[in-house]
Amino acid sequence: MHPQLPSHLAQGSATDRRLNSLLRHIDPSIASSSLSSMDSQISASPTSGFHGDSVFAHVVQAPEDSILGVTVAYNKDPSPIKLNLGVGAYRTEEGKPVVLNVVRRAEQLLVNDRSRVKEYLPIVGLADFNKLSAKLIFGADSPAIQENRVTTVQCLSGTGSLRVGAEFLGRHYHERTIYIPQPTWGNHPKIFNLGGLSVKYYRYYDPATWGLHFQGLLEDLGSAPSGAIVLLHACAHNPTGVDPTLEQWGQIRQLMRSKGLLPFFDSAYQANAQSVRMFVADGGECLVAQSYAKNMGLYGERVGALSIVCKNANVASRVESQLKLVIRPMFSNPPIHGASIVATILKDRNMYDEWTVELKAMADRIISMRHKLFEALCARGTPGDWSHIIKQIGMFTFTGLNSEQVAFMTKEYHIYMTSDGRISMAGLSSKTVPHLADAIHAAVTRVG
Amino acid sequence: MASTMLSLASASASPSTSLALQNNRMTKLILGTSDHTTLWGTKKSNPFVKTKSRGQITMAVAVNVSRFEGIPMAPPDPILGVSEAFKADTDEMKLNLGVGAYRTEELQPYVLDVVKKAENLMLERGENKEYLPIEGLAAFNKVTADLLFGADNPVIQQQRVATVQGLSGTGSLRLAAALIERYFPGAKVIISSPTWGNHKNIFNDARVPWSEYRYYDPKTVGLDFDGMMSDIKEAPEGSFVLLHGCAHNPTGIDPTPEQWEKIADVIQEKNHIPFFDVAYQGFASGSLDADASSVRLFAARGMELLVAQSYSKNLGLYSERIGAINVLCSSADAAVRTKSQLKRLARPMYSNPPIHGARIVANVVGNPALFDEWKEEMEMMAGRIKSVRQKLFDSLTAKDKSGKDWSFILKQIGMFSFTGLNKAQSDNMTNRWHVYMTKDGRISLAGLSSAKCEYLADAIIDSFHNVK
Repeated sequence: MHPQLPSHLAQGSATDRRLNSLLRHIDPSIASSSLSSMDSQISASPTSGFHGDSVFAHVVQAPEDSILGVTVAYNKDPSPIKLNLGVGAYRTEEGKPVVLNVVRRAEQLLVNDRSRVKEYLPIVGLADFNKLSAKLIFGADSPAIQENRVTTVQCLSGTGSLRVGAEFLGRHYHERTIYIPQPTWGNHPKIFNLGGLSVKYYRYYDPATWGLHFQGLLEDLGSAPSGAIVLLHACAHNPTGVDPTLEQWGQIRQLMRSKGLLPFFDSAYQANAQSVRMFVADGGECLVAQSYAKNMGLYGERVGALSIVCKNANVASRVESQLKLVIRPMFSNPPIHGASIVATILKDRNMYDEWTVELKAMADRIISMRHKLFEALCARGTPGDWSHIIKQIGMFTFTGLNSEQVAFMTKEYHIYMTSDGRISMAGLSSKTVPHLADAIHAAVTRVG
Repeated sequence: MASTMLSLASASASPSTSLALQNNRMTKLILGTSDHTTLWGTKKSNPFVKTKSRGQITMAVAVNVSRFEGIPMAPPDPILGVSEAFKADTDEMKLNLGVGAYRTEELQPYVLDVVKKAENLMLERGENKEYLPIEGLAAFNKVTADLLFGADNPVIQQQRVATVQGLSGTGSLRLAAALIERYFPGAKVIISSPTWGNHKNIFNDARVPWSEYRYYDPKTVGLDFDGMMSDIKEAPEGSFVLLHGCAHNPTGIDPTPEQWEKIADVIQEKNHIPFFDVAYQGFASGSLDADASSVRLFAARGMELLVAQSYSKNLGLYSERIGAINVLCSSADAAVRTKSQLKRLARPMYSNPPIHGARIVANVVGNPALFDEWKEEMEMMAGRIKSVRQKLFDSLTAKDKSGKDWSFILKQIGMFSFTGLNKAQSDNMTNRWHVYMTKDGRISLAGLSSAKCEYLADAIIDSFHNVK
């Protein structure tokens, strides 16, 4: 035996043979080396079954996803006072998940419709859903839609839409760098990397002001190479909740158009966004990833759409044909259930109106949680300016707490949140706000 | 090269200047109150733009070019494109034998009764729509592995199977391909010649190299077993061998049990890793267990293997996109680690899989009454296909006076039949007879009614004999 080699290699295991075979793939001239003498000791009997080591021996345990892993950790905690402020999934005042009434109604209609079948959707998805989604985000009277310059393909919620868009750009666009805001949703860099793009950051959040680092943003985008792709959160920036003002959006748009930067919007929260429409109105091109996870509570149904606004209809049609080539080897065609629910709601005036009412109720509850938390911290005299809690927009608050403070809150108060200090306001209720306020107060006063 | 053209085009496009050529409304929207000179004034001279002075504002007569101008139109998908062409055909005799989707004798799509029952149960229970974990619905993952290997299989008891819910067969294959690319760099997948058209696309997009092993023998319209064995032996040690668990697509030709044993022998000899695509469990023979026997044979030998499953056909859940990737490892520890890495690949692809189809499967397979009902419906579907096979064979034999042996149709199994027709002959089937099929000569018997068997026989005989 060779004492220097790790024991699993010294025994001439399957791992050893695998390494040997990999070596031969890489360089056939490596006929032997120290491994081959092991080889001759092995008799590969055809019926001897596995040789002890797995071919997956070199596969290491991956850590839990940093966001979804929060729920995993929360579930393991037996404490009765635990609070899950990790994932952005809406909860009622009673802390329960919600299925919108209008969604239940739509589902009832669908399941009871005897004429419905489960045949494959086209590769691009449910046609009605695609048309309605485009109208929702761009406006029903959008010239881009009327001029057939928009291609919309159904994808697996926001993630899937971003991934298909990234793969498309990685193959067909000349600039393979995407600029993403610092910070951004944790999954963004992985999606773009695996899609074939390299990632750079532009300044976005300014911890000093709890707001937008506008100067830094303009500088960083200003020095990006012409044609580079830029990821923009259409509204309710995740994780900070800090959005540009309309005026600032205007300036961002001007800068980007003057440099030929390609906008890629991530629209995960609101149904429509003025920022997106502002960009489309100038006749330029952009990509938009839409998700119905939050705004229709369809999280697990994975409903979303990728739209690409092109200069003309001819290009849009060619782009669509290439999107199909990305989709077919990834999942062939998208799932029907969630998209059918969305289409049912969007095409019916009454259901659409009902939806906007339920959506507003959710948004109002979140805003009231913001105010309650802010008041609770003020009441405790917690050091610091906490007004960002009521200024930030959307489901999340970027508390400004650091990772040690977060770890402290989890350990001592059973508060589950992401280590960047982001909390999901949707997971709070009037009953649990005091507990959270206590935890924040303790973290700020006792932990560096 | 397209990318160079694009970079020139974008340099000359200068979108803000091209806007000036559009209507005034837009111009006002853009310019607003900002300083005009920042847009129009000091141009850092762009050699690609022709400029034309207009008083104090210099505007560029730029080409209004898309960033995507150089992108070519992609060809239509060869399989799914068939249905599109069929829809456009107005002939009353038209027959769609393209996509492998089950049709009743009335040529209508079929939603299984058990599926309707499961959906009603789900609606009554009023379950929520929260995100599934990245690996999918736990109840689904459990029943799908049990279904594949048998609930009392030692590999299940020993927890050696890593199961992750995937987007039907395609999505499950894609996750496996991504795992291979990351953890077995340089390893090749060898696929049968022919195979399902999308296999190559999946491995190409996942950047996994592939090559083919001989499979179909056109002379016998059967299995080229010697060629298959020889090519598997020839492949570099440690290759992944893609095998169809049952009802080979597109040929319908499966190895016999004895041949499966020999295939397992040579795979073990070469330390290859078997990679099963199981899209038809229960649908091929009508028996769930019989159709899983190839996979179970390999598992019983203690081999590590991968299996992609789909419930599109056997539960008729096509558009719900429900399937799974299973990795059978030699230890529970390896299974845990492998599962964690599959999750890491799924997260940047779609985060977590869709719930609806997973719940349907979990409800059907997990409920003894529904499970039994399912088995009956599956026997019915497989039975209908076997009976149209027989009828087609009878029609061909009766009508074809040339003495050609059509018995290969009876020997083939599953939804598809490889007719042996070449591309020109397949085109004739469509152009002359309005029979839609894929150009490799594959017909989907699931789309054939017994009423149309004679018509189809006429079409096949004409195409085979009169078109070269």
